[in-house]
Amino acid sequence: MQEQEDTSMFSEENLISVTVNGHLYEQHVPVRILLSDFLRHELHLTGTHVGCEHGVCGCCTVLLNGEAVRSCLMLAVQADGMVLTTIEGMAGTNSELHPIQQAFQEKHGLQCGFCTPGIIMSVHAMLHENASPSEEEIRHELSGNLCRCTGYQNIVEAVKLAAERLRESHTEVK
Amino acid sequence: MKPPRFRYCAPDMLDEALSLLDKYGEDAKVLAGGQSLIPLLNMRLAGPAYLLDINHISELNYIETEDGYLAVGATVRQRQVERSPLVKEQHPLLVEVVQHIGHMQIRNRGTIAGSIAHADPAAELPALLTCLNGEVVAQSVHGERIIKADEFFTGYLSTALNPGEILTEVRFPWITPQSGWAFAEFARRSGDYALVGAAAVVTSSLDDHCISAHIAYLGIAGLPLRVREIENMLIETTFDEKVLDEASELARTFVSEDMEDVHATVDYRRALTAEITRRVLRMAWARREH
Amino acid sequence: MATRWFGAPVQRSEDPRLLRGKGNFVDDIDLPGTLHAAVLRSPHARARIVNIDPGPARGLPGVHLVITATDLGGVLEPSPLLIPHPALTEPRTQLPLALNEVHYVGEAVAFVVADDRYIAEDALELIDVEYEPLPVIHNLEIASANNAPLVHADVPGNIAAHFVQTVGDPDTVFANAPHIIHETMSIERGAAMPMECRGILARWEAHEGMLTCWISTQGPIPIRNGLAAIFHLPEHKVRVVAPDVGGGFGTKIMMFYPEEILTPFAAIHLGKPVKWIEDRRENFISSNQERGQLHEVEYAFDDQGVLVAVRDKFLHDTGAYTPYGIIVPIITACTLPGPYRLKHYYSEFTVLYTNKVPVSPYRGAGRPHAVFIMERIMDRIAKELKIDRCEVRSRNFIQPDEFPWDVGLVYQDGGPTKYDSGNYQAGLDKLKAMLDYDNFPKLQGEARQHGRSLGIGIGCYVEGTSIGPYEGANVRVESDGRVFAATGVTSQGQSHATTFAQIVADQLGLSPGDVLLTEGDSQAFNWGVGSFASRAATVAGSALHLAAVKVRAKAKQVAADLFEAAPEDIELAGGRVFVKDAPHRFLTLGQLAISANPLRYAYGENARQLMSMKLAGPRPGPALPPGRGAPGLEATEFYSPSHASFASGVHGAIIEVDPKTGMVSFVKYAAVHDCGRVINPMVVEGQVHGGVAQGIGGAFFERLVYNEDGQIVNASFMDYLLPTSAEIPSITVDHVETPSPLSPLGMKGAGEAGVIPVPALFASAIDDALSPYGLRVLEMPLYPCRVYELLKEIQSSS
Repeated sequence: MQEQEDTSMFSEENLISVTVNGHLYEQHVPVRILLSDFLRHELHLTGTHVGCEHGVCGCCTVLLNGEAVRSCLMLAVQADGMVLTTIEGMAGTNSELHPIQQAFQEKHGLQCGFCTPGIIMSVHAMLHENASPSEEEIRHELSGNLCRCTGYQNIVEAVKLAAERLRESHTEVK
Repeated sequence: MKPPRFRYCAPDMLDEALSLLDKYGEDAKVLAGGQSLIPLLNMRLAGPAYLLDINHISELNYIETEDGYLAVGATVRQRQVERSPLVKEQHPLLVEVVQHIGHMQIRNRGTIAGSIAHADPAAELPALLTCLNGEVVAQSVHGERIIKADEFFTGYLSTALNPGEILTEVRFPWITPQSGWAFAEFARRSGDYALVGAAAVVTSSLDDHCISAHIAYLGIAGLPLRVREIENMLIETTFDEKVLDEASELARTFVSEDMEDVHATVDYRRALTAEITRRVLRMAWARREH
Repeated sequence: MATRWFGAPVQRSEDPRLLRGKGNFVDDIDLPGTLHAAVLRSPHARARIVNIDPGPARGLPGVHLVITATDLGGVLEPSPLLIPHPALTEPRTQLPLALNEVHYVGEAVAFVVADDRYIAEDALELIDVEYEPLPVIHNLEIASANNAPLVHADVPGNIAAHFVQTVGDPDTVFANAPHIIHETMSIERGAAMPMECRGILARWEAHEGMLTCWISTQGPIPIRNGLAAIFHLPEHKVRVVAPDVGGGFGTKIMMFYPEEILTPFAAIHLGKPVKWIEDRRENFISSNQERGQLHEVEYAFDDQGVLVAVRDKFLHDTGAYTPYGIIVPIITACTLPGPYRLKHYYSEFTVLYTNKVPVSPYRGAGRPHAVFIMERIMDRIAKELKIDRCEVRSRNFIQPDEFPWDVGLVYQDGGPTKYDSGNYQAGLDKLKAMLDYDNFPKLQGEARQHGRSLGIGIGCYVEGTSIGPYEGANVRVESDGRVFAATGVTSQGQSHATTFAQIVADQLGLSPGDVLLTEGDSQAFNWGVGSFASRAATVAGSALHLAAVKVRAKAKQVAADLFEAAPEDIELAGGRVFVKDAPHRFLTLGQLAISANPLRYAYGENARQLMSMKLAGPRPGPALPPGRGAPGLEATEFYSPSHASFASGVHGAIIEVDPKTGMVSFVKYAAVHDCGRVINPMVVEGQVHGGVAQGIGGAFFERLVYNEDGQIVNASFMDYLLPTSAEIPSITVDHVETPSPLSPLGMKGAGEAGVIPVPALFASAIDDALSPYGLRVLEMPLYPCRVYELLKEIQSSS
């Protein structure tokens, strides 16, 4: 009797409830499905990309309760009850580009665009923590996101511009 | 690179987790931050039949000041420690070490206890715990064990934890305010596992002679290594250049012969170990307050 | 005609979509009923396949198909040899699935299709393969040794090709030269590592007999042609689309990767869409690599430091197969003379098989090797004669009035290696100013006194770009005034949608946002070669230009008839067409397109407005008069360059080295770049930045390490070190512009430039920083442990 109860505590499929970009999703998922695959293939939010599946490239970065995490290193079931933001949630409700996205456009901070969503999510988290990062701080904080196209130069410039604009808009709001 | 099949459970009470682990211990793995375990699952280098997720056990999330040490519960994220005003003030060496771990995305999920339990010889926290002569609390259905750092790490990715045990608390001993402390490592890129690294804590008498020294290394052997021979030779000295030279040379001899990989030969590791010894001792000595 | 958009740093039209996460990469495409594939790969570098038992895998729930070589029927054929060459006497290409033997770790042995990738990988573990391991040839030394074991049993000496080119009379010059030096130089493997791995989605629609494949590729149209041949389908019944591609860098042009054949095969067999997405582990062991060469170089120079002759004999590691022919070593041989007046040159290379991942071009494609050698030569001449390194180069440069300069070799396109234009001294002067080169010795001396080792390094290069055979383009104005352009190349980040729109917009008096480009879709444009070898902008761009010029001419003609004016008096500006000096009486481009299509019925607001204008009525005779050609405002044109055009540049860096640890950091990095006329300087600079980062990676961080079993021991991002934002310095870029006389817009290619001189300048800088030790770097890549070892070797021998 005891044995059966214990086994039933372990499952191969769970019902999870996740809020992504303000929208609540409830789904049955296999316990082994990675959060990155869940977002991309169950929720069809394909903006989050998969580059390595071992936690180095950062292409899969999303915000989990506001913190930047690698979605390839989480099981979807671990996100049960949590609030996620992906790249699709960055633009405004009227579809205007977020200041970070706008800065990347203006500074040519992307080429193929594959690493870009992960980078933007990391930048969002970074600027939330440190509104005036130096170049050295930017390069250090971004070192968890690989880019193979840009050589990082214009990404750094875009982050500086985004930081400046976000600081300005916050002082305006005050 | 997708994980193999497993069964998953996420209890929210510790005793539930312990009784599950008692039953399935041999075939189960504990999942905390997942930053080390999930890559292994994705690469199919680990294939546990059961995955026990302890992240929902709220009683394991605490950072507390105790008599003699800082107690960190099993589900505390590295980033929590990094940002904690309490820890910044009371155990700045721990904060400094945590900042060297990977990148912020890793630290947002990775746990202090998880890094200790995973016991990668190139990881920073095991070396720090060893340097401070800290200890861990291991719990099972049979009760609680306190295990000292120098008994806990037994080899490459191996610890004294038994199947059925969960590492529930890590204890970082305090450093006295007058002590000098330092941490340094050589890594190829920002956020990489280090090639070699060292943590050091030193205290001196009022007339500037060393009365105690702790030094422990990562990356020079298959486990974190505290080198008492170096500590002993530093006692009574004033950490002049000659002493640092001697300490550095001595440090070379502790690099294990099997520490060769794509990034470093043993000989090169020895050179790095000598250099890191010099740097970390110099920095620690300079940081003393009287 | 004055251009408004060509040369302007126009922001990219690609960006909003990509920034919002609305990119359309292969794995983002979701067709109902798609099944997912995984590949079983050989764990041995060389082995006989004794037996394969797919039975248990076939029984796993959720598995739809498990195939091995014997299930492929007529498709089991070696994949096409893309670039034959007379010197390539023993070409070998791989079968879609290994039949009796495997030749490298990673070679495809079985193919599984299942409900999802998780199950497919479960199935891989259930396929039982019995191997008989054989001796492994894991490097050039072993491959070239007497009585070496053979990678392919029927290829004696593991020699795929042997090729000699001679310019002038090197033997005589060597016999009379005052100074001769002989050195061995080696470069080892790295890999492209785009952030998006490879992938393919294939759909077979039986009722139409239509195969559609979305592939993360740089060459969709040749793949279409190949698939049509392999599956015996008419070309118009095969459509290949390269959607958004997350970086290519050469590794995505090796056609045919086995998966590009296996996935369509499975889709046809199952009647369901099949998707295969490469994971990063597979990318390390089955996507092509490059850079392995071993050179014996002899060079002769006079007392003035003028290089008079070079003999270069090298071995080139092609891995287990030669899918892309011997393009890479040919490019090495042709790139070696560089910007210098080298009139006597003997080049001999031997291409050897090894039991490693096959080699095909990776950004630079053989040029970094050549530049490394030549720039090391220049530095050594400077050191021997105690002349400044830049001064030696100046004494050897081809001068601006000496173009066209025929190097005397046959280039990768079969045409002459004939430099069309350049000004190498101007580039070097700019670079020296950017780095304050003349003051550096003082800076270096002061640093040395403080125990710091700083060094400055430079690297000059000439890069063959813009080769044929051709590209084509179609430009069409639609009745709402939007312009659609299509071409056969494709983009993996090179910003074609923006830059090509700039070219077309200039001709038609529009802004780039009004021009919508479709590329990389065989249905949108039937003819094309691909994006590689720094050719797309020049060759496809020129084709677009020619097509747009034709559309412009046609527009002027139609308007001239309507306005009863002369074509040369018609202007196109701001989306409007009018007689100059009478801009108030205009037609929109859309209205003109309607007028150019003499249908009885016309639709829409544009048509109604046309009716109300008092324009000349139709003339008697055919509605489409002879000479008018097709209805509408549309043109298709092709551009076929007569031969390559040659971009050039020089990069330099100041670095700091810690001799105790071999660790290196960048103090400053500067690049001067000449790619002729530039469509969009912002895009070109971005390309240079990216190339430099890959060059730095390849010089000091990235190296693929194979052990003696032919296993890559560092096949993950944890141990194969791609540089991050913290390792790459700020890069300052400046330009020299020597237009190419060969193409209509004077462009040269820019895509690979950034990576080419980096290993050379890095070696130059390290030598300089460690000059008190007398270090001479003759190998790439370096890494701190190796720098430490080299220093130790010098210290112990002295």
